[in-house]
Amino acid sequence: MSTIEKPAKFLGYGRLDGSVGIRNHVAIIPTVCCANEVAKKIAEQVEGTIALPHECGCEVTSQLEIPTRTLIGISRNPNVAAVLFVSLGCETMDCKYVANEVCKSKKPVELIGIQELGGTINAAEKGIRIAQKMVQDVSQIEMKSYDLSALVIATKCGGSDLTSGLAANPAVGLVSDRIVNMGGTVFISETPELMGTEHLLAKRAVNGKVAKRIYEIISWWEQRAKNEGVRFHLITSGNIEGGLTTIEEKSLGAVRKAGSSKIQGVLEYAERPRKKGLFIMNTTGDDLNSNTGMLGGGAQVILFTTGRGSPVGAPIAPVIKITGNPYTYEKMKDNMDINAGTIIEGKETIEEVGIRIFDELLKVASGKKTKSEALGHNEFAIFRDRGHAY
Amino acid sequence: MNKAILIDPLDNVATAITDLEAGCRVTVRSELEKKIKTRQSIPFGHKFALRRIKRGEKIIKYGEVIGRATKTIEEGEHVHIHNVESMRGRGDAV
Repeated sequence: MSTIEKPAKFLGYGRLDGSVGIRNHVAIIPTVCCANEVAKKIAEQVEGTIALPHECGCEVTSQLEIPTRTLIGISRNPNVAAVLFVSLGCETMDCKYVANEVCKSKKPVELIGIQELGGTINAAEKGIRIAQKMVQDVSQIEMKSYDLSALVIATKCGGSDLTSGLAANPAVGLVSDRIVNMGGTVFISETPELMGTEHLLAKRAVNGKVAKRIYEIISWWEQRAKNEGVRFHLITSGNIEGGLTTIEEKSLGAVRKAGSSKIQGVLEYAERPRKKGLFIMNTTGDDLNSNTGMLGGGAQVILFTTGRGSPVGAPIAPVIKITGNPYTYEKMKDNMDINAGTIIEGKETIEEVGIRIFDELLKVASGKKTKSEALGHNEFAIFRDRGHAY
Repeated sequence: MNKAILIDPLDNVATAITDLEAGCRVTVRSELEKKIKTRQSIPFGHKFALRRIKRGEKIIKYGEVIGRATKTIEEGEHVHIHNVESMRGRGDAV
């Protein structure tokens, strides 16, 4: 972006593993869906905590890898200051392994079991006492000033229309490039929605191995549609009404949000990168699942573009909503943080909107609540291999 | 305010950025400035052809292939799912 470089710092919470949180959550995480209600009861009673109910935790062993990595990744996310795991006791999820892995980040971690403690009331009581202490402890962590190289940004589009590829995504792409240039990290995900762009992405891979992997992950999703004899359907009725005709067209607009940096690698769902820069995370195309994957990989904030208008938030990270559609901005102002529709109207350039998004990102990183945070949008889902649109 | 956007000079479609009525004359800028007369109404966000596109020919937007014409499309005609198909992920067409 061609502007005078502003002092790019933000106020965050330093963690003992070297990462920096932009929020200071005490997360109450069920290790299995059967513990969801107890986790919610604890969170309802203790101000400053957040429960993350989900549908996983008792899969057959071969299907446990992703939920396990996700629970660990979400708990290790720098926005999470402390974690209370609530287990049932008989789930297939190895809750002690999960808790131990999170302990390696040196943040406070506790694990309680509903069966061991003797039911809902006893477990909730113990959980409330633990959570209360955690909230008091983490409230003493001081915010300090950090460089943008400490940021990990997730980019995401949901409810796309023609304006996503023309306005909102290119503006976010400029922010992505700026974050990478400042030594930070950016994720793009939703592999099925990269279909038709692999030749462009592979050219930007840091090496041949990464280029090959980009082709492989996109081909895997495409082959799956072919094997099942269905039309690849992540071009929705809303996309079509909004003017998008094919998945190729949607993808070519979607990739613009990742900017133009070199691609350092391909991550699995909820995998943490081992270096900085731009990464592709191999996730499904639906919004909640891919958000969770990128948060599991350590993203502290999500830049979410939406042409049609989506209200979706996330429990442990702020989601900044950007629409390139001026009509959507007028209709859904309550949900939209940034109006990029000015690009379509000819009132602002892509660069000017990119600067506005960057400025908002810095404010949000230092604590400003986004519209979805203020409205309590905490949508959360962990990827399960079945029952999703791809 | 422009009425339509051409993203790449290679493109054979342009995108309406306001609702266009049938018979509307739109100036689309590229190396050669071209006037297109719309054959139908083109809603905000939808595409129209910048020239005649024969059946089977590729549709180009962003300078890249976004699909294939399933019938011949005339200059100024609405380009969408009724005359374009995706070439990717077609488990239904194996």
